[in-house]
Amino acid sequence: MKLSAADKLVRTLIYIILSVLTFITFYPFWNSFVISLNSGADTALGGVTFWPRDFTLNNYKVVFKESHIYDAYLITILRTLLGTLLSMFFTALFAYGLSRKGLIFKKFYTLFAVFTMFFNGGLIPYFIIVYELKLYNTFLFLLLHGLISVYNMIIFRTFFNQLPEGLEEAAKIDGCSNFGIFFRVVLPVSGPVIATLSLFTAVTLWNDWFIPAVFIQNQHLIPLQTLLVQIINAGTTATLMTNLNSYAQSTIANTVTVKALQMATMMVATLPILCVYPFLQKYFVKGVMIGSLKE
Amino acid sequence: MEKGIQKQPLGKRLMKQWDFQIMVLPAIVFLLIFSYGPMWGVLMAFQEYNLFKGFWESEWVGFKHFEMFFTAPEFWRILRNTFVISFLKLLIGFPAPIILALMLNEIGNMLFKRVVQTITYIPHFISWVVVSGLMFSMLAVDNGPVNDLLISLKFIDEPVSWLSVPEYFWSILVTTNVWKEIGFGSIVYLAAIVGIDPALYEASAIDGASRTKQIFTITLPGIAPVIMIFLILGVGNVLNAGFEDIMMMTRNLNNGIVMPVADVIDTYVYQMGIMNQRYSYATAAGLFKSLLSITLLVSANWIARRFNQESLW
Repeated sequence: MKLSAADKLVRTLIYIILSVLTFITFYPFWNSFVISLNSGADTALGGVTFWPRDFTLNNYKVVFKESHIYDAYLITILRTLLGTLLSMFFTALFAYGLSRKGLIFKKFYTLFAVFTMFFNGGLIPYFIIVYELKLYNTFLFLLLHGLISVYNMIIFRTFFNQLPEGLEEAAKIDGCSNFGIFFRVVLPVSGPVIATLSLFTAVTLWNDWFIPAVFIQNQHLIPLQTLLVQIINAGTTATLMTNLNSYAQSTIANTVTVKALQMATMMVATLPILCVYPFLQKYFVKGVMIGSLKE
Repeated sequence: MEKGIQKQPLGKRLMKQWDFQIMVLPAIVFLLIFSYGPMWGVLMAFQEYNLFKGFWESEWVGFKHFEMFFTAPEFWRILRNTFVISFLKLLIGFPAPIILALMLNEIGNMLFKRVVQTITYIPHFISWVVVSGLMFSMLAVDNGPVNDLLISLKFIDEPVSWLSVPEYFWSILVTTNVWKEIGFGSIVYLAAIVGIDPALYEASAIDGASRTKQIFTITLPGIAPVIMIFLILGVGNVLNAGFEDIMMMTRNLNNGIVMPVADVIDTYVYQMGIMNQRYSYATAAGLFKSLLSITLLVSANWIARRFNQESLW
């Protein structure tokens, strides 16, 4: 189709606007990455933008000297892996049960679950329940929180409802129990749905700083993002700096600044997400679609 | 279904499908404890809840905490912040992804389009902790890129401490939200645009409509139903003024200078309940917000139906 002069002008404008948008989305990440690789003392002089001027890995060395970061990393990884696994398992199991024809109380169970999407008791009563169940300050709670996602359940159920009935019939004739069908027939053919929902669940768990901040007191049980909150905000920067001083005196001679440390820690917490992002991208567009079809 | 099976006693029928019932059971128990438990626990708004006495032993005090909340000196300020911040987010954050989707649709160069999409989706997957860290760095007084740029363009003479000026807080908060979600939010609208019948474009091109005009005469009306649904959801959600973003952009509510414009009902509940351990009082404030939210969702849906448009139910 031929474009008029006005159309061409509009199109050029759109290209410019989108380029600017892309740049301002990308630059904060890139600049922080560059600062994390630049000597802190040199960064403080200003003008570090697109490329490290005084390249160093010292910031990262100091970050990994912070002993809590290993605990935090371990907790984050364990929570993300186990939490996703458990959530997928119990949510899929729930959805599969609900997708069976002739399930007694099916309507009641469905309403019971969907109701919780619209109403909740709020933070404080939830806190009290967790506290009274003695789950406060436990790793177990980090796995239990959000274990059943009704939203994911609906997506799973929609998918299970669409499975051809012959699939299960065949397994039944072969003498498979209903649990056997779930594990050996249904789960293996649900690969794409499980992948999509797992990725979203995993990212949510990886990024969650708030639940541990409220429900975990033990510094050894705190995940990376919650530790990062402490590092970015004033309070423990001081503690971090005292940790740093003893180390800095021996090896790096005061070139590491608070800012450089914050940037390095942020990168440490973000890079894993950026690494899985290309795989994520393949699935999340599909995920958003499944989600909105439900409306 | 067959009448014979229906007539069997319930217990017997349940036994027959014990395996399906067992599949459903863990989730039902979980929801009962962690979702319905707190709903029941909302009653502690009418108690003088004491962590050591527990729910059953604590004293009932009626509407005392609600009265305290409504007469608290900060009540109107918090209510204003909640409404203003939510409204600004809806006003700017809602159309932004639609505009982005419309613009992306005009891009013919597939490589460029992919790059823009790939980059702008990223912030959605980054935690608010990191996003706030990035913003603090961008807006820093010492060598902050925003200050550097504005100085070199001669808009300002000396660096501004952006995050310590209450007047700027709302704009910074809303901008950061748009920055984070604009790309991801555009996905649904892009998908809706794909669903528009291409014949419509061809027909209007024959009628002499320019490409730019088609954006407003075909693309935008074509995705109107989707926009409407999301608008209703947005209005219903309006009081969720955001919690994580405000927590992080005020350094865990520690940036005292901006708190008068930053605290909303959710942060207030957190502050009163978790930090100050005034559990019953905080629950009352939270309950007040839930009631307001439900009212808003129902009214939004009612208005949408009156205009004979899409509605949720």
